[in-house]
Amino acid sequence: MLTVDTEEPGPGSAVKTAGRTGRRFAPPGGWLPYLLITPAVLAIAGILGYALVRNLLISFQEFGRRQLISHTTEWSGLENYRRVLEDERFWASLVRTFVFMAANVVLIMAIGTLIGMLLYRLGKPMRLVLSIALVAAWAMPVIASTTVFRWLFDTQFGVANWAMRSLGFSGYEQHNWFGSGFSTLAIVTLLIVWASVPFVALNLYAGLTTISGEIYEAARMDGASGPRIFWSITAPIMRPFFLITTFLEIIWVFKAFTQIYALNAGGPSRESETLPVMAYIEGMGQNQYGTAAAISVLTLIILLVALSFYFRLILKQEKEPQS
Amino acid sequence: MTATDQAVAQAPAAGRPAVRANASARARRAKRLSRAGLNAVALMLTVVFLFPVYWMFSTSFKSNSQVLVKDPVFFFTPTFEHYTTATGVDLFWTYVRNSLVVTLAAVFLALLVALAASYAIARLNFRGRRGMVLVVMMAQMAPWEILIIVMYLNARDAQALNSLVTLTVIYFVMALPFTIWTLRGFIAAVPKELEEAALIDGCSRTQAFLRIIFPLLAPGLMATSLFGFIMAWNEYAMVLVLNKAPDMATLPLWLTQFQTNFGNDWGATMAASSLFTVPVLIVFVILQRRVTGGLSAGAVKG
Repeated sequence: MLTVDTEEPGPGSAVKTAGRTGRRFAPPGGWLPYLLITPAVLAIAGILGYALVRNLLISFQEFGRRQLISHTTEWSGLENYRRVLEDERFWASLVRTFVFMAANVVLIMAIGTLIGMLLYRLGKPMRLVLSIALVAAWAMPVIASTTVFRWLFDTQFGVANWAMRSLGFSGYEQHNWFGSGFSTLAIVTLLIVWASVPFVALNLYAGLTTISGEIYEAARMDGASGPRIFWSITAPIMRPFFLITTFLEIIWVFKAFTQIYALNAGGPSRESETLPVMAYIEGMGQNQYGTAAAISVLTLIILLVALSFYFRLILKQEKEPQS
Repeated sequence: MTATDQAVAQAPAAGRPAVRANASARARRAKRLSRAGLNAVALMLTVVFLFPVYWMFSTSFKSNSQVLVKDPVFFFTPTFEHYTTATGVDLFWTYVRNSLVVTLAAVFLALLVALAASYAIARLNFRGRRGMVLVVMMAQMAPWEILIIVMYLNARDAQALNSLVTLTVIYFVMALPFTIWTLRGFIAAVPKELEEAALIDGCSRTQAFLRIIFPLLAPGLMATSLFGFIMAWNEYAMVLVLNKAPDMATLPLWLTQFQTNFGNDWGATMAASSLFTVPVLIVFVILQRRVTGGLSAGAVKG
């Protein structure tokens, strides 16, 4: 289950005892816990932390192909940021990223919730059939599903064009689905929603099975309608689930790279670039490492703001056992 | 459904039995109708979710003359020619080996390091515990895709491009936070009393851990490591940038090599995608219950 409080068994009981007896357990010097976390801290700081710091430093440097080859460091202050913030492509990309993210997360949460509730109400055989289909979509490796979606929407031999023609729409002889940034991102959305809905649906279903059926019975006896039951019973009980899942999906969609890049490389003419893809293209494509770093720093700041709420949520849960 | 029947059966006692019975018959009929409707919707969704998977597999078994057609072929005699093409490329077994080596090494390292850290977080009280939790949590959300460029520069400066070790280390750190996060939950779920009893019986802390906690963690370790496996197995962006040398590439790059600027070998691409997907699919189907039950507290998606 994906709720904040089910992580610990019981209402924090195990952790409470762990906290209390832990102090008695700790060796006199208290070095054991530090010894145990050191390798993990070193690994995270050494690889991830160093990359973050260096990324920040490079964002204040003039760093192009010349500096890459000559290994020189040229500080340029806020020049990269000025360049990025003056570039209208950055703003277009920023807006695009947010619209894209919002559309994806709303679709994933809405469809995932509906399918989760459907799973709950289905009979056993049909539930199994649908679950298997969901698990199959969930399990598809991203690079494989991205490739398959390119094939489904292929201009010449794609099944999508055939389906549109069969449904009687004209103009789908050799229709190029990747002909504009908008339709490219629409297909990315289809791909991401298709791949992400199972996570929400299956977890919601797992969560729903833990709610006592009697509550629903009572509500139904009182004459509550379906939507009323959802908003008055399911939603409040599953609130932690919805909160955390929404935030996870925001992060995952926000940093989606493989799907967009492998589908159409941010094209045509960089019209389907989101911020992570733009940072990559500026860096690897244009050899503008400084600008790319500035873009990724800005992206990280935006992401951090979006995440802060989620961090607070988890930290609050972390605090309880100690009080 | 049984709960409804019970409730209905008890209902007459509440008075006005005839009305209740009538209403319940109507309710049952309505229920059967809506059940049929729900099944129809579920069937439709099944088709929608399975279609891309089905299309991948079916394309991979078609001959080229059945693949490259405007109107798709639905019935055909399967051929394995695309599998021969896909697995027949130079260095195929090198890709397989690289993928396996990098993935297994990264997962093993992650398990080892995470086991220690998660034990400390779940069981020991120390100054900075919450800070550690925060670090793990933030690292778990790390936008690796945004840091590709700087990872490239770091690897280049360390003369560690085109290296399986570099890739292993990166995947290890990518998998580490959620491995810690998840194992922490599993360790916390082991009753504290078991460990205390062992200590009272004269076990050292290490012995208590190895004899009591470790065996109980087996399912958790298995589920966590398989998630690390799937993450490292599927990783595309890093290997694309860091390991351009063909003999240092992994299977995700092999999978995309049938699509070139000169045209796509769709049959071979779909055969490669199928081969790449099958192991993950098997693992997922076996573990799905555990995955949705125990692991979802962590960020478990690629």
